[in-house]
Amino acid sequence: MTSDEVLVARGVSKSYGGVRALKDVTFTAYRGKVNVLVGENGAGKSTLMKILSGSEQPTAGEILLDGEPVKLASPRDAMARGIGIIHQELSLFPNLSIAENIFAGRELRRARRFVDGGEQRRRTREVLRRLGQDLDPDTLVGDLPIGQQQLVEIGRALLEDVRVLIMDEPTSALSSHEVDVLFDVMGDLRAQDVTVIYISHKLDEFRRIGDWVTVFRDGGLVAHESMSRTDTGWIVRQMVGRDPDTLYTRNTSPTGDVLLDVRNLTVPGPTRALVDDVSLTVRAGEVVGVYGLMGAGRTELVECLMGLRRASTGEVRVRGTLEPKATVRARLKAGLALVPEDRQRDGLVQTMSVRDNILLATIGRLTKAGLLRGGAEQRTAAAKVAELAIKMPGLAATVTALSGGNQQKVVLARALLTEPVVLLLDEPTRGIDVGAKGQIATLMAELAAAGFGVLFISSELAEVIAMADRVLVMARGRVTAEFTAANVTEEALVTASASEGVMA
Amino acid sequence: MTDTTVAPPAPAPAEAPPGNQALAKAALLLLRGRTLVVLVVLVAFFSAISPEYLTQSNLILMTKHVAINAILAIGVTFVILTGGIDLSVGSIAGLASMVSGGLLFTGLALPGGTVFFSVAVVILIGIVVGALVGAVNGLLVTRFKVAPFIATLGMLYVARGVAQLRSDGGTFPDLAGTPERGNQGFHVIGVDSLLGIPVAVWIMAAVAAAAIVVTTRTPFGRRVYAVGGNERAAVLSGIRVNRVKIAVYVISGACAALAGLLLTSELGAAYPDTATTYELNAIAAAVLGGTALAGGRGTIIGTVMGAFVIGFLSDGLVLVGVSTFWQSVVKGAVIVFAVITEQAQQRLQSGLAKRTA
Repeated sequence: MTSDEVLVARGVSKSYGGVRALKDVTFTAYRGKVNVLVGENGAGKSTLMKILSGSEQPTAGEILLDGEPVKLASPRDAMARGIGIIHQELSLFPNLSIAENIFAGRELRRARRFVDGGEQRRRTREVLRRLGQDLDPDTLVGDLPIGQQQLVEIGRALLEDVRVLIMDEPTSALSSHEVDVLFDVMGDLRAQDVTVIYISHKLDEFRRIGDWVTVFRDGGLVAHESMSRTDTGWIVRQMVGRDPDTLYTRNTSPTGDVLLDVRNLTVPGPTRALVDDVSLTVRAGEVVGVYGLMGAGRTELVECLMGLRRASTGEVRVRGTLEPKATVRARLKAGLALVPEDRQRDGLVQTMSVRDNILLATIGRLTKAGLLRGGAEQRTAAAKVAELAIKMPGLAATVTALSGGNQQKVVLARALLTEPVVLLLDEPTRGIDVGAKGQIATLMAELAAAGFGVLFISSELAEVIAMADRVLVMARGRVTAEFTAANVTEEALVTASASEGVMA
Repeated sequence: MTDTTVAPPAPAPAEAPPGNQALAKAALLLLRGRTLVVLVVLVAFFSAISPEYLTQSNLILMTKHVAINAILAIGVTFVILTGGIDLSVGSIAGLASMVSGGLLFTGLALPGGTVFFSVAVVILIGIVVGALVGAVNGLLVTRFKVAPFIATLGMLYVARGVAQLRSDGGTFPDLAGTPERGNQGFHVIGVDSLLGIPVAVWIMAAVAAAAIVVTTRTPFGRRVYAVGGNERAAVLSGIRVNRVKIAVYVISGACAALAGLLLTSELGAAYPDTATTYELNAIAAAVLGGTALAGGRGTIIGTVMGAFVIGFLSDGLVLVGVSTFWQSVVKGAVIVFAVITEQAQQRLQSGLAKRTA
C-alpha cells in the first residue's frame, strides 16, 4: 500500500434483499487525483458511493482510509473524516437563501445562540466567487436556474474541509460554461491535494478532467486504468460491452412536408423575453436539435409550443393549420406532444403503475359506455411496452421501480399514444445511461423514418451533432445560429451558444 | 418502429432468500388489509366483553350510524385523492339540513303565496345546494388559487352561518309534512328499513358502489388520482386539472348534503348545528382507510372500512360504558396508529418493488 492510495474499498459487496448490487469490488481512489467512475445505471457506482460516504453499510469487505480500516457509520461520520459527497439529486431548500442553504445544519453562531447572518453572507460570497458566480447570497435558491442550484450544492461541500470529495453526476444540469467553472474548481482542489471521485455519463467531459477511470458493469468493477492510456471507444466498450459506433443512430430518412411552422414566437419574462422572436420549422422525417446553455430559453420554447406558457406574439402552425388556441389539450389535439426535461417533476405520476402512466393522456379513448375497458388498457399498454422495449417487472408495478431510461420510455410511450405528428423532446437523454441513450437515439431515428417530425433539446455537443439533421442554437431567448449535419462543429455550436446577437 | 434494440432477458433474482420475501409479502398483505383486520379485532374484542354487541339489532344500529359518516367520508376521499382537503362538509350537511327542513316545514314563500314541494324534490334541492357550495369551494381553489385548507375552512364558517340565518338560529321541529301539501314521507330515508336493513344503509351502499366504479373504472377516476399524484404531469397529459378539482369538491358537497339529509330525517327535525365537527370524523375515516393526505393514493373501499372502524369503535366503547373522554382518547390514538402503519406499508411496498425490479 502506497501513501497515494487515500481511500480504498477492499472486496466490498452489497446486497439488497436477494439482489447483489455490488459484487466483491476493490476500488482505489488516489490522492490529489480526479478518479472518474463510469458505468450504466444500476452498474453499482452509486451503491459504492453510498458506502464510501457512509449512508450505506457494506454486506462484506472493508474500507481503508490512509491504509487504516475505518467504519463509516453515517454521512456525518464520513464527513468528520473528511469525505464529502455531492448528490446528483439536489438536496437544497428552495425556500431558503443561498447563504442559509450553504450553512444549513452548521450555522455560524454569534453569542452561541444567534445565527451570524453577516458572516455567513460574507463567506458565501467568497465561495460563490470561487465558483465564478456573482450572486447575492440572499437570493432564494428556488429562484435560481437549476445549473446555479447545482453550483450552490457544490459550494456547500467546498466550505467543509474535504479530503475526499465525491461528485455524483454534478454536471448533468450545467451549461458548458458552468462545467468549465466546475472543472477549474476541481483543478484547484486537485492542486490542494484533495481527492476527487467523479461519477459521470458524459464521456467528452470527464476525459478532460479525469486522471484515473474505473468502469463498472453489472455490479462488478470491469476496468481500472490511467485516463491517458484510454480512449472514448475503449471506455464505452468496457461500459456496454459493445462497440461505440452503434451508440447513436443517425436519421437517414428523406424529409417531407413542413409539420411544425413557428413564426416570431415571443414569450415575455420578468426582465427580458424568455423566448425572443423565434421562428423555426420541423419537417416530416426530420430530427432537429436545439442546442444552448442553461437559461437560453429552450425549455420555455417547447413549453410555449405545448401550451404550458403564454406567448405574447407569434404564430404556430401544425400541418399548415394555424393553431391559435394555446392550451395543452388544443396542442395535443393539433399533433404536438412533449416529453419534458424533468421526468420526476413533470412526466411521471409516481403513485401510479407503469400501465396507468402510459395511458394517462389517452385514457378517455379506452372506454365503453363511459367505463374503462380493462382488457383494452392492458393490450394498449403492453403493445407500447413491447414497441419501445421497456424493461419492467410488470405493467402493474409502480413506475418508480423502473430505471431512468425506462421511465423516460414510459413518458415517451404516453406521448406517442396521443398520435402526435411532431414530438418535442426536452433533454431526452438527461440522467440516463449510455446504453439507454443509444436506444433513445435509435428510437428518434425510427420515429423520423415513420414520418414524425422530431424536435429535441440537448446540452451535449456530441449527442446533438451525432443525432440532429439540423441544429438550432439558442442564446438569451433567440435563435443565434442554424447548422446542418454537414457543417456543424463543436466549436461553432459553443461560439453560437455564447453569442449575444444573431450570427450571420 | 418495432425494430428497437431487443432488451436482454432480465437476470434471475440472484439467490433471494425465499423465506424473507414470503414473510415480507405476507406482512404487506396484512398491512394492506389492516383496516379489515382492525375491524375484525374490534368486533371480536367488544363481543367478548358485551353479549349485546354482536346482536343483529345492535349491528344494524351501528351500521346506520356508520352510514352517515361513510357518505361524508366518500365525498371527502375524492377531494383528498386530488391532494386537497374539504373541511366544510359538516357545515354543508347542516346547511342542506336547514334548506330542506325549511322547505318541508315552512315552504318557499313566493310573491304568489307559499309553495311546498314533494319530498323527492326537497331532497334533490338539498343535494343541489350542497353541490353548489362545493362548486364555490372548487372555484376558490382553482380560479382564485386559495389553498384548499383555507378555502374550505372559510366555507366551514360561511355555510354554518347561512344555515343559522335560514331560521335565525331556530329549529324546524316537524318535518312530517301533511297530505294537503303533498310533502309527507321524509322519514323514509333516515328511519325506515327495507328488507330489514335501514334505508340509510342501502343509500350508503349505493353511494359507495357508485364511487368505487367512478374511481376505478372511469377516465375521470384515473384523472383524480393523476392530479393528486403529480399535478404537473397531469397538466402535460392534457388533463383539465381545474375541472377535475372543481368536480371533486362538487362531489364532496353533494355527498355532504345527502348525509345531512339522512341525519335530519333520522332526527325528525332540522337543527342549524346539525353535523357540527362531522368533517373531522369523515377525514379520519378516509385516513384510517389508507388515503394519503398528499393525494394520489387511497381507495373508496378503504374509506368505507375506515368509517366502519370509527363507528364500531365509538359505539362499542359506549356499550361497554367507557366515558366519552376516554372514547376521544382512544379514537385519536387509533387514527395516528393508522397513519403509522400506512407508512410502514409504503416502505415495505417500495422495498419489495425495488427487489423485484
